[in-house]
This record gives sequence, structure tokens and C-alpha cells, in this order.
Amino acid sequence: MTTTTTASWRGVASEEQDELPEKVSVLLRERSRRLLGDLLRPYRKKIALLITIIVVSSAAGLSIPYLVKVGIDEGIPPITRGSGPGVLLTVVGVILVAAATQALTRQAFLRMSGTIGQSVLLELRRRVFDHFQRLSLSFHEQYTSGRVISRLTSDIESIAELLQSGFDALVRAVLTMVGTAVLLLVLDLHLGLMAIVPLPLLLLFTRWFRRQSTLVYRRTRESVALLIVHFVESMTGIRAVQAFRREPRNQEIFQQLNDDYRSANAGGMRLGATFMTGIKLIGNLTVGGVLLYGGWLALRGEVSVGVLGAFLLYLRQFYEPMQEISQFYNTLQSASAGLEKLSGVLEEEPSVPEPRKPQPLPQGRARGRVRFENVRFAYVEEMPILPGLDLTIPAGQSVALVGATGAGKTTLAKLISRFYDPTEGRVLLDGVDLRSLDEPTLRQAVVMVTQENFLFSGTVADNIRFGRPGASDRQVREAAKAIGAHDFIAGLPDGYDTEVGKRGGRMSAGQRQLVAFARAFLADPAVLILDEATSSLDVPSERLVQRALRTILADRTALIIAHRLSTVEIADRVLVMDRGQIVEDGPPDRLIAASGRFAGLHQAWLDSLSS
Amino acid sequence: MKSYLRPYVARLVFIWLTALVGIAVGIAFPLISKEVIDGPVLRGDSGALLPLGLLAIGVGVVEALLILLRRWAQVKPVLGLETAIRDDLYEHLQRLPMGFHGEWQSGQLLSRATTDLSTIRRFLGFGMLFLVMNILQLITVTVLLLNMYWPLGLLVLASSVPIVWMSLRFEKRYIKISRQVQDEQGDLATLVEESAIGIRTIKAFGRRHHVYDRYDDAALKVYGTSMDKARLSAKFFAFLDVIPNVTLALVLLLGALAVGSGGLTLGALVAFTTLMLQLVWPIASLGYILAMAQEAMTSADRLMEVMDTVPSIEGGTGTIDDPRGHLRFEGVGFRFPGADRPVLRDVWLDVRPGETVAVVGATGAGKTTLTALVPRLIDPTEGRVTIDGHDVRDLKLTTLRSVVATAFEEPTLFSMSVRENLTLGRHDATDEELADAIQTAQAMFVYDLPWGLDTRIGEQGLSLSGGQRQRLALARAVLSKPRILVLDDTLSALDVETEALVEEALRHVLRDATGIVVAHRASTVLLADKVALLRDGTITHVGQHHQLLAEVPEYRELLAQDADFDDAAEGALR
Repeated sequence: MTTTTTASWRGVASEEQDELPEKVSVLLRERSRRLLGDLLRPYRKKIALLITIIVVSSAAGLSIPYLVKVGIDEGIPPITRGSGPGVLLTVVGVILVAAATQALTRQAFLRMSGTIGQSVLLELRRRVFDHFQRLSLSFHEQYTSGRVISRLTSDIESIAELLQSGFDALVRAVLTMVGTAVLLLVLDLHLGLMAIVPLPLLLLFTRWFRRQSTLVYRRTRESVALLIVHFVESMTGIRAVQAFRREPRNQEIFQQLNDDYRSANAGGMRLGATFMTGIKLIGNLTVGGVLLYGGWLALRGEVSVGVLGAFLLYLRQFYEPMQEISQFYNTLQSASAGLEKLSGVLEEEPSVPEPRKPQPLPQGRARGRVRFENVRFAYVEEMPILPGLDLTIPAGQSVALVGATGAGKTTLAKLISRFYDPTEGRVLLDGVDLRSLDEPTLRQAVVMVTQENFLFSGTVADNIRFGRPGASDRQVREAAKAIGAHDFIAGLPDGYDTEVGKRGGRMSAGQRQLVAFARAFLADPAVLILDEATSSLDVPSERLVQRALRTILADRTALIIAHRLSTVEIADRVLVMDRGQIVEDGPPDRLIAASGRFAGLHQAWLDSLSS
Repeated sequence: MKSYLRPYVARLVFIWLTALVGIAVGIAFPLISKEVIDGPVLRGDSGALLPLGLLAIGVGVVEALLILLRRWAQVKPVLGLETAIRDDLYEHLQRLPMGFHGEWQSGQLLSRATTDLSTIRRFLGFGMLFLVMNILQLITVTVLLLNMYWPLGLLVLASSVPIVWMSLRFEKRYIKISRQVQDEQGDLATLVEESAIGIRTIKAFGRRHHVYDRYDDAALKVYGTSMDKARLSAKFFAFLDVIPNVTLALVLLLGALAVGSGGLTLGALVAFTTLMLQLVWPIASLGYILAMAQEAMTSADRLMEVMDTVPSIEGGTGTIDDPRGHLRFEGVGFRFPGADRPVLRDVWLDVRPGETVAVVGATGAGKTTLTALVPRLIDPTEGRVTIDGHDVRDLKLTTLRSVVATAFEEPTLFSMSVRENLTLGRHDATDEELADAIQTAQAMFVYDLPWGLDTRIGEQGLSLSGGQRQRLALARAVLSKPRILVLDDTLSALDVETEALVEEALRHVLRDATGIVVAHRASTVLLADKVALLRDGTITHVGQHHQLLAEVPEYRELLAQDADFDDAAEGALR
């Protein structure tokens, strides 16, 4: 539904993975139904009660026009006859009771359905959030953060919207229609049948509306998705936008997307208008017909005036709710689409699952001996990154990994921190397969610091404490001191209590990295992995960190990946990797002295320093 | 708001006319019923039945047609309004400075551009008309009832007093609580955003539970407030149900007594109750509509919060016809609002046309802030920055930003084609220029992507490595052929070999342009003609690299890779 011009700036990419099956239907698919059933199960009894309440409420509401009819037909003749208002008073009393019942039950219904709805939402939020956090990194890398965010915000909100505004109206509308139909037939069979004659027409018409509305809905959703992506990226990348005078072109694209969205919405509004008109027309024609036929019947004395009056009242009520239903059809549709996507996420299995029977580490605490046993790893089956690797790193050794981009250094690091599992072979920590360790044990033992140093909103201290949530202020401070970050933190406006701003935006990349180091140090792991962790530091900071690393790494296993060879200097052992294999292995001095690749790299680096 | 509606005045008038006629027609229905009962049925006059019946059908058709006309006419103004506001919001947001965007999560801005605007649209397209129509219908019906039989009419009128009173009270509380829910949902969204973007960090430390607990606290808050909101609405909606019904019962009682005493005809009573029942729906739906109105008001407030923010950086009117690229910092200082210490103070620096200066300084010395001052991403709080003698604040923003281009440390890629990403600032670039820029930035890898330059990259497309992203950012800056090129530590994620290639290429580019290069490494510094050392927010030394290396200990401290390598580096220099 996008124009060709849209396609040209967007560029080409492989299939969108987010698409729902061709037909976004309100009829839920198997897995959505299962999820819904699962969410509602704890409230089975409450829901039964709720249904009873709403039936009572609707019955009470519906009985009122009927009672008015009774009042007119039965209550007035005794008065005109002079035998007093006794019947009338009884009827009025019953009406009052019915009104009170309806109001009370309605309130109870709204409260209860509100409670159930909000509890279901809370549960859904918890489940989806928790599930996303459980899913492996490989999933997140494919799924992208943007989609995680929209699952947890807009999709859940679409369900919330249905529960809050649509549900009550929908249930009432359906019940009112059914109740009214029954009442009409009971009041007078002939007139009732006449009133119900257009019903098949109505159903056909509704079906047509539903089909059209699915198409319109799809178009709206597609156009709004593009609009949102463009909007969010313009705002997150505003610095580049402004620095490169991108605004006019952005505005052009945005207006185009906005217009697409407008015309999709216009289609929806026109469809709604047509539907409402149709319903109203059918309704009014029926009422006119009933008036004629009923008037004729009344003329011949076959129907009382009261019945005719009541009939006309009910008929209007019969068609009113149909309009409600059309109003909420879109809400229903987007909620079911949202549910479908959420249930899809919840069905994803973590590719790095938790062990069923976790095994403890020997002696209860990690010592840090890492072993790769014939490890093969491939993202794509034909192109293994690691074709078969054997490697033992004794506890306490610092190992530097060197090699060109794509040699498999980062993959090795990700396997040790179990972001991925090997395709074949095993990775062992202190002799235990990583797949047998439960998450807390593994994460306590192995921590990885990358150049992506994410800071969470909160204070500097909060962010350091992320490494060990229970740590005291003093421990936080000591960690920062050990890593050489204390001075700059102390110099911030509020010291350790300085808010870091949106994603740490108030700090430079180097400062963020120092905080990330302090965080890792506080976590005190047996195995520390540094993947390009010092690349955004300037030389003095890097030197500080390196000085600190000498002490920090003294009693733990470390794996260091760096482009800059200066970092490598502190290692006990250097591994040079090429196409997934270790081609050189030894202490740095010895490798430099030899005339291998490392010696060559080292010389190139020296040259780059002095050029 | 008024200005947004102006183009649609004729349509709006039409809509209101059809709505008013629609109400009149709707009310005609029960009146015709009354005629049927009082006339043909009670008097046995079969001849009058058919015309009246046909009249009813005719009126019914007209009513339906009026609805169609009104709703079709509504489409344009309602969506036009929404679209125009969204366009303006986007335009406004693009003009707001970095300071604003640093404070606002993009999710918060997005919810204003989508959810809040749809809320307003729904209210304008549906709620507002219904609100006014309902009230008009209430008034007309009440007047009719008063006309028909004034004592009963008065009773109906009296019943509106508690409704109005409760509505006003409800409104006040509802507006507060719905704003609270919206804000809490915003906080929740922020946590979601962080948990999604920071997933690697969370995984690396195994802090799933910690993050979950934070989220859960916020979700529970939303739950609690939403429950309060539901309870409040439940009470109000039930109240709106009960009042008309109780009134109806009283009308029946008094009406029947009046019929008994001959004060009212039977048909009139039937018509009276029919009309009254017509009031039940508008009154009950008043609850929804008022809630909707409240939400629309809250949304409008949230929207205005952003729209009313005045861009603190507005362009001047000056232009430079033939820029030479003479850049000067004259006593420049910068302080974040509310901070007690300045980031920059009394910075003086003169960069002559074609000259390249490397800015060197420790982490947090203010290097990035300094570079952001040139294209006016931020403005100095003291002193001024000039280009060819013009204060940058006097220049048009378009002029300024075509003279200056920046390659940032963290390159921003958009979910668009490679071509669109590269031509960010120069949509009119030719293919040759593009090829040159790609060559200069050593970004030839783009030709090997599945669809070449048309491949979509960014979050929704192909993902690239850090080095590839930086080279694209560089190509982007080079392509805009700036007189002044700012490189904010653009080379940090490149491996040694690629860096050497890029540096070689940059040397060519910088020969013609004035350059400011933020550097951490000696190799990058050597691109520059001279070096400025930034320390504690001010420039302490300006000079040649080896001169500073020899004379300034702090500089040596910053740039000599490692104590052990000092000798090697210096040896090579000699």
C-alpha cells in the first residue's frame, strides 16, 4: 500500500517478519485463544458471576419500557374507572426497583470487569516483559528493540483499550439486542416477526462491513507503522538531522506518510459512515413498517395501544446498539491483532535455555578455568564461524585475542558468556558444561563488558550498583576508585548521585565506559571478558584502566579483545585467530620475538603510533 | 486550533446544519407515533393511517441520508485537522534544539504524535458532535415535554440538576486521574525502552530479575491508578443510568394520574414516555462522551506542552556568499542550565581557512561540546563563534549547516536505503559525487550489499558493524562538501588497517576544507596542521604535535600510548 516514491527512499530489504497472515481476523487463531484462555482461567468463577450480573442488569434495564407499557395499559383504566391508583403504584414501585437494580448491577459489573481486565493486563505485561528478558540474545538481535518496544507498549495498549472502553459497551449492546428480540416476540408474535424480518439483511450487511473493515484496518496499520518508524528515527537521530539540514527532506517524507495515513483513515471513516447509515435506514424502515402494520392491527383491536407504544420504543433500542458495535469493531480488531503478536512472542523458546537440573560448580564458587572442547559454531549452517576449537584457559590467566574483523573473536567471547550455545562440542567452566549452570551461577561467574556501554536512567551510583544490586555506597565508591573513575564522578554536579540522563546522554562515551568498568568490577566475576571495552577511552583513561586491570585481573580469568595492541600488553597469553582457528598461541614477548602474524601486527601498531 | 479549522468553515456549517435537522427529524418520529395512536387508532379513522405511516417511512429515509451526508462531510475536516497538527508537530520537533531532545524520550514524543492526536481526532469526529447533539436533543426534548404538559416537563427539567452537578464533579476528578494514568504509562514505556535497548548489558550481568522488579513496580502503579479510574467511571455511569429511569417512573405515575383526571390524552402520555425514553440513551452515553472529552483535553495539554516549547536556537538572517571557512572561537563559554561549573570557559581558537586543528583533551574535557557549537547544535552561554567574521547566531541555519558538516562518534543510521542515508544533507548529489565520497571514506563495502546502494540499512534493515557505520557517517559528511568539516572522534571503531586507509583519504579532503578533528590517537592528530590542547574546559596550548609532545607534559600524558612505548614513538619521530 506504499507508493513507489516511498519504496525508493526506504530501500530494499528482505521480507518483513512482523506481518500477520493475510487475513487479520477477529476470530482468534489457536495460540491467541490459548493465551486468552490461560489469562482468564484464574477468573472463571468471577466471569460466571459477571455474566449473571450483566444478564440481570440488562433484564432490569429492558424491563423498564415494558413496565411503562403495563402501567399505561393496566394502571390507567382503574383510575378512569375511579377504583384508585393501586395497580399504577405497584407498577411504578416495580420500575423503581428495576432502575435501582440496573444501576447497582451495572456498577458492580463495571467494577468487576475493570478488576478482571486490569489484572489480565498486569499479568500480560509481566509475562511478556519477563519472556522478552528470558529470550536469548540471538532472538533480540533479529527481532530488534523497536519491535520489542511496540509489543510491550502499543500492542498491550490496544488490548487495554478494548477492555476499558469497548468491552462494556459491546456486552451491553449484544445483550440488549438479544433481549429486545425476545421481548418483541413475546409482546406480540405477529408484530415481533415483522420487526425481525430485516434481521438476515442486517447480518449480511454486517458481514460485508466486517470484510471491508478488515481491509481498511490493514491499510491503516501499515501506514501508521511506517509513520512511527520515521518519526522515532528522526527524533532519536535528531543530531544528525539538524547537523545535515535534513529537516526539509524529512518533512517531505513525513508529510507523504502522514497523507497515506490520512487517506487510510478516511477510508475507515467513510466505511463507518456507510455502515451506520445502512443500519439506521433498515431500522427506520422497520419502525415505519411496524407503525403501519401495528396501527392497522390496533385499529382492528388486535393489539392494545400500550403494546404498540412499547413496540415502537423497543424497536429503536434494537437498532441503537448496532452502531456501538461498528464503533468498537476496530478496537476489537487491533486488540486481536495485538494478542496474536503477543502470543507469537510468548511461544518463542529461548535458544539458550535454562537447565532443567542445574549443576552446582565444584566447591560452590567459580575458580575460572575455561575449556572449549571441539566447539563448532555457525550462524548459518554452511558458513561456520568456528569450525572446531579446542582451548583451555587455566584459572586466573589473562588471555588477549587478536585477529582481523570476522576472525571469530567476539563469537568466542559470546560462547563463554553463553549468549549463544555451540552448534557442536561443549564449553566448560571449572569442568561443568555451561548449559548445566543456572543463570545466577553463570552470571555471577562470567561478566562481559563490550563497547556498547548502556547506562540506565538513574544516578551514577545506581548504574554502578547494577553490577551487584545489594552493594553499599562504600563498595560502589571503592569500585569506582579501583577503576580510576572516582575523580571524574566526584567532579560531576551531584557526584555519585548525578542523574545520567537519557541513556547516559549527559556523559561522554569515555565516561560511560568508565562507569561500565566500575560496574563490572563491582560484580566481581571469576571470568571477565572485555570485548573492545577500551576503544572509546582516551589514552589517560585507558592507561588508568589498564593499571587497574593489572590488579583486577590478578586473581581472575580474563579474555581481552582489542584492536589496540596496547591493551594486549597486560595479557599473560596471546591468541591470534584467523577464520575461526587459533594460529598463534603464546606469551606476548615470545610472539613478538618470533616472526609470526602477531609480530607483524605489533610492528604495524608501533608504526601507527609514530607515523 | 481555530487556524486549523479555518479551511473547513463551510463544511463545518454544513455538518452542524445536517446535525440539527437530524435531531429535528429524530424527534418527529415519536410525534408521528402519537398522531397515529391519537388519530386513526383511537378514532377508528383508517384513511389517515396510510399517509401517516408513509410519512414515518419518509422521515426515516431522510434521517438516514442526513447521517450519511454529515459523516461523509466530517471526514475531511477531522482528518485534515489531525494531519495538519501532526505535520506541524513534526516540523516543530525538528526545530527544537538538542537540549530539548536530550530530555525527552522519543517514546514520549511518539505517543503525542499518535495516541494523543487520535484521541483528539476521535473526540472531534465523534465525541464533540455527539456531546453537542446530545445536549441539544436534551434541551429540545425537554422544551417539547414542557410544551406538551408542563408539570411533567418541569419534573424532567429538575432531574437534570443532579446530572449536571455530578458531571462537573466527575469531570474534575477524572481529568486528574486520567492524566496520572497517562504519565505512569509513559514511565512504564521508558522502562520498556531501556530494557529492550540495554538487553546486552542486562544479559551480561544476569540482571533479569532486577530489571523485572523495576518494571513490575511501575506496572503495579499503572494497575492501581487504572483501577481507581475504573471505579470512578463505574460510579458515575451507574448514576447516569439511574436518574432517567427514576424520572420515567415518576412521569408514569403523575402522567397516568393526569390521564385519569383528563388533563392529558392517552396518546400524549405514550408520546411523552417515548420521548423520555429517547433521553435515556443520550444521558447514559454522556458518561462516555464526557470521559472522552476529558481525555481529549488531557491529550491537547500534553501536545501543547511540546508545541509551546520555544526553540531556543533560531536561525538568523545572514548568509555567506562565498564562504572561506575561517572559524574563530572568541571567549566562548558553555554551561548546562542549572550546572554550577561550566563545561567550557574562555575558549579562544583561530582556525584559518583550509587549516586543520586537532582537539585533544582528557575524557570529559569538553571536546564534543566544543564541536557541537560550530553547527549550533548548542549555543555558547558566553562569547561567540564566528565563521568568516559572522557570528554563527546571525547566520541562517541552512547557510550555517551547509558550511559545516559533522561526522559523529556514534553514527546515526536511519531505516532507509544506503543512498538516502548518505545523501542526508544533499539530496541532489550526483552519482559521481556519491562514488567519490564512498571512495574517500573507504566505504566500498556498500557495493557488495545485497541490493547495493538501494539496500535498506538501520534498525529495520541490514545491520552493519561499528567500523562500517563510522565509514558511512564519514562518507555522509564528506559528501556534503562542507567548507568546515568536524570529525568527532570518527575513527575510534576502525581496525588499524582500515584506519590507515581512511586517514589517507581524509588527508585529501582536509587539504581543501577547514577541519576540526577530535582525536585520541597520535595517528589521528597527525592529520592536523596544529593541535589545541583542551583542559578543564579551556584551551591551554596550541602548537605542533611534536612541539607539544616535547614541551607539555600533560599532552605527552594524553597521547603517548603507554609509558613503555614513549621511547619508541619519540624515536620514530626523530
